[in-house]
Amino acid sequence: MNTMTLDTAGHAAPAQPQTVERETVDTQTVVKETVGQPLCDNAKLSMRNVNVFYGEAQAIHDVSLDIGRNEVVAMIGPSGCGKSTFLRCLNRMNDTIEGCRVDGDLTLDGEAIYGPKVDVVPLRARVGMVFQKPNPFPKTIYENVAYGPKIHGIASRRAELDEIVEDSLRRAGLWNEVKDRLDKPGTGLSGGQQQRLCIARAIAVSPEVILMDEPCSALDPIATARIEELIDELREKYTIAIVTHSMQQAARVSQRTAYFHLGHLVEVNDTETVFTNPQHALTEAYITGRFG
Amino acid sequence: MTDSNQSNGHSSVRERIEQGLARRHRKEKIFRGLGIASIAFGILVVALLFTDIISKGAGAFRQTAIELQITYDPAVLGIDKVDHESLTWANFTGVIRESLRARFPEVSGRSDKRELYSMVSSGAPFTLRDRLEANPELLGKTEQVWLAADDDVDTFVKSLDDSKEGFRGRTSEMMAGWIQQLLKSGELKRRFNTAFFTNGDSREPEQAGIRAALVGSLLTLLVTLVLSFPIGVAAAIYLEEYAPKNRWTDLIEVNINNLAAVPSIVFGLLGLAIFINFFELPRSAPLVGGLVLTLMTLPTIIISSRAALKAVPPSIREAAMGMGASRMQVVFHHVLPLAMPGMLTGAIIGMAQALGETAPLLMIGMVAFIVDVPGGVTDPATVLPVQIFLWADSPERAFVERTSAAIMVLLSFLIVMNASAVWLRKKLERRW
Amino acid sequence: MQTSTLFALLLLLVLVAYGTGFSRAVAAARGRGGLRNLAALPSYYGLHTALWCGLPALLLLGGWLLFDDAIIRALVMNSLPDKPDTVAGQNLLYAQIQNLAAGHLLGDASPQVQAAAEHFSTLQQRGSVLQAALTLILAIGLGAIAVLRFSPQLRAREKVESVLKAVLITCACAAIFTTVGILLSVLFESLRFFHEVPITEFLFGLQWSPQMAMRADQVGSSGAFGAVPLFTGTLMVSAIAMFVAVPVGLMSAIYLAEYASARVRNLAKPVIEILAGVPTVVYGFFAALTVAPFIRETAAAVGLHASSESALAAGLVMGIMIIPFVSSLSDDVINAVPQSLRDGALGLGSTKSETVRKVVIPAALPGIVGGVLLAVSRAIGETMIVVMAAGMAANLTANPLESVTTVTVQIVTLLVGDQEFDSPKTLAAFALGLMLFLSTLVLNFIALHVVKKYREQYD
Repeated sequence: MNTMTLDTAGHAAPAQPQTVERETVDTQTVVKETVGQPLCDNAKLSMRNVNVFYGEAQAIHDVSLDIGRNEVVAMIGPSGCGKSTFLRCLNRMNDTIEGCRVDGDLTLDGEAIYGPKVDVVPLRARVGMVFQKPNPFPKTIYENVAYGPKIHGIASRRAELDEIVEDSLRRAGLWNEVKDRLDKPGTGLSGGQQQRLCIARAIAVSPEVILMDEPCSALDPIATARIEELIDELREKYTIAIVTHSMQQAARVSQRTAYFHLGHLVEVNDTETVFTNPQHALTEAYITGRFG
Repeated sequence: MTDSNQSNGHSSVRERIEQGLARRHRKEKIFRGLGIASIAFGILVVALLFTDIISKGAGAFRQTAIELQITYDPAVLGIDKVDHESLTWANFTGVIRESLRARFPEVSGRSDKRELYSMVSSGAPFTLRDRLEANPELLGKTEQVWLAADDDVDTFVKSLDDSKEGFRGRTSEMMAGWIQQLLKSGELKRRFNTAFFTNGDSREPEQAGIRAALVGSLLTLLVTLVLSFPIGVAAAIYLEEYAPKNRWTDLIEVNINNLAAVPSIVFGLLGLAIFINFFELPRSAPLVGGLVLTLMTLPTIIISSRAALKAVPPSIREAAMGMGASRMQVVFHHVLPLAMPGMLTGAIIGMAQALGETAPLLMIGMVAFIVDVPGGVTDPATVLPVQIFLWADSPERAFVERTSAAIMVLLSFLIVMNASAVWLRKKLERRW
Repeated sequence: MQTSTLFALLLLLVLVAYGTGFSRAVAAARGRGGLRNLAALPSYYGLHTALWCGLPALLLLGGWLLFDDAIIRALVMNSLPDKPDTVAGQNLLYAQIQNLAAGHLLGDASPQVQAAAEHFSTLQQRGSVLQAALTLILAIGLGAIAVLRFSPQLRAREKVESVLKAVLITCACAAIFTTVGILLSVLFESLRFFHEVPITEFLFGLQWSPQMAMRADQVGSSGAFGAVPLFTGTLMVSAIAMFVAVPVGLMSAIYLAEYASARVRNLAKPVIEILAGVPTVVYGFFAALTVAPFIRETAAAVGLHASSESALAAGLVMGIMIIPFVSSLSDDVINAVPQSLRDGALGLGSTKSETVRKVVIPAALPGIVGGVLLAVSRAIGETMIVVMAAGMAANLTANPLESVTTVTVQIVTLLVGDQEFDSPKTLAAFALGLMLFLSTLVLNFIALHVVKKYREQYD
């Protein structure tokens, strides 16, 4: 229908001299099927034929994907490709958006996520989430981490709660920095610390899966490196799905990478394969920085 | 940590979460229910308030009248020609009594007759006088005239709607009989209550009207608008477009925000002490009322005008400035016209506030008993809300009805004003 | 000359001045080959001349109108050899003089008063002639000077704009003038009051009966000015009002902001806001004629006695009036809480109500507290509802079914009707006004400060 060249798409590395002739990629191609290996044997989360609508507009088209136990799956793609929307389906955070409708089969350990009788409260305790912008509650550091265990009634005694808080902060690699000021407001921490506090808050309720929605986009490179290390450590215990804007980050932290384009899942493969030997022209165009 | 250990930890946490779920969802339901109940309460109160007022006041727009055969007999009237002087002294009461006696020839005895005469409003003679003055040729002739009935008759007739016996507080058995008789023959009817809209205040409910109060309100609002709108807009322009950020402007800001929350009665005290006692302006005058309400509504107008100015994007100012316009020209030629709809909306809302205000006007003596329609801003006057307050204090049952009707008039003015503010905002709102 | 004629004449002069300035500028421009050789547009020259002509004259006229009565009075009264000692007596005498001068003869007047009346008439006549003459001379003179001093180099625009700016500044200071005016008016009279009644008695006295006897031998000849019953009455009515308004207002704001769909919100919000637009006198009527009888009957049905004017009726209706106030302020602050905090709580598996109670409300708390304080200040300053439904009796009681009186009710009662300005009775009203102003001032100040700090936190 159209042949939008990269010249019109705009910002293909302005450093490139104008004379270089570039291959034309039709960025509006309708993707029929996902290439690569979207499914796996040891699936923690499995999604089949997922469609998401905002009112009339369709944001996700027929996506099928598995996320295996104790693996980190990175979701990449240009802005507005639907990767965040897809991520928010996994713990039904999309329910909070008026007019959002999800259909398809989504299961967590074989149990339907969108069943009519499913209670989102325990679901979200099992599938935790870390957001783009660090969002500590305007409470003390201790209260931030203890919030989840408290509302869910996980700790029956104060000592138990203390233990959970300490354990979570240690796992988030924050304990040594904050142990002397647990009663200070969480909002007083630096951006990177705040984000690690949010991770500690999420793991305090012992989730099985952690969803991360561009967790480093608001952070400086050093803080980003800390979080990336942390993600790698957390993989031992949790299944992690991370949406990221940065291809380097995806390459560093994930085992598998899924590339989304205009609401379609284009390609899923081992991270190495995706970045060294992309099988779809769109993936290749994206990872070589020709649009995005 | 081993894999089984990990899943054990998870499952014990799972169990604990499951245990608490029922209780948490119950709490959720209760909380939500409380929210719905609060909204419902609010809506219910609005409905209750309006039905209460309308059910009490709707009757006041119709007034019971008696059809009498009136003979303008010069002998009874005691005049031989129709001119202003003689009409002032003419005995119209006698004419009415004559006619009532003719209609009920069987009534005899002084107290019975007095009872009979009391059926017609004590304002009826003035109605006849005005008729005769307008049509001098009626002298000596006879005609059928509808005259306002006394408020007790009116109350009784209206109460017949609710029960067969009716409200008999001040109506005797005998009079009730006459009323039933007249009702049956169609000589007693409820007709549109023009007096309510054309008269000033009166001690007699059937003669009392809201015209004087309405005109008073209008004059007061006029003074308020003429003063508060230009001053408010000018203040907003200064604060938004010129004022440097310093202690003085901070002080002005704090003052404006604080004045917006000062009780209105305090403005009344200001008006009494300064405008009336110090400057010796006339009491009860719309001029003083308008001044007091100006001070009261200024904060509202300044705040909304500033918001309107803020909403004009800086790019417009920069564009005009770039053309070499002076600051004043930028403001008056470009910014102000764009901000005007927002300012007008604010002004209408401020005026609506002023229209409903009562307490400060009591302080400056606008509680006087005003029969005449005020002709200017220095004449003694009252305003609609104060008229409502005065009538609400009156013991006659018929005044309850009139109070409610006056409230209906006031509320409809307010609704029109607020609706036009909303309409104006919708219509002229510009999205940048 | 009539003041209105004078105004019309002045307006005419201003228009003429504008025209003259304008045409001189145009003529000058023609002589020099175009408008660009003038320092400003002709209209600015017109305005410049008009301002010179009109503004000083207008200020003079305004000042004259404000002060001439007071000056004439002082002159007349000073010319009298012996005059009454009391202010009331002087007022009466002056009124008599005025009536006499206006030709309404009321009984016999002493020759002294008649002389004074004549003096008054001459002063008034001379005053009005002088006023007209001075105003017109000033207008014509300054206007003519402005025309004569016209030059094409004159920077008319700058001059006009600096005058306009001064006008803008004056208008902006209106708020300060108002505050100062309020303070002065209540402070002076209050000081006079505290001169007669000790401030400690006023603040701590338990007895309030401001009726001063006409004669010394009457029963209850000394008024009592202990305002404690008024303060407690005010507090009780306000407390009842807040008891209704805070939970209902807050819960409806929460429901509308967090639960309701867009459709419900668009319907319910304006309906509740209608309550904010209903005049207080209407609420007073509703309280006195509908709610109070209802409470009395209900109380009687359960065997309690309720007075026909009860604190409960006034408080309940006042609470209803304040609901939209609390709900719209809370709505603002709740909406200012960033969505990311809600997402954080929901993402951990909170239920919606847990999110609201444990995260949103604590985060919005300063703003909500500020809003509630503003609502309290509104409740204690509310007048019409309590005047119509709470009663006049200064009872020191904790029973909400009894009638109580409030500070605002007493201000109205003391000042409406005939009043003499130097009796402690009327002065007491100003002392009460001072208390009211100060307490609402403190409340507003704290509330606005808290809300402002809160806003900055999330901006």
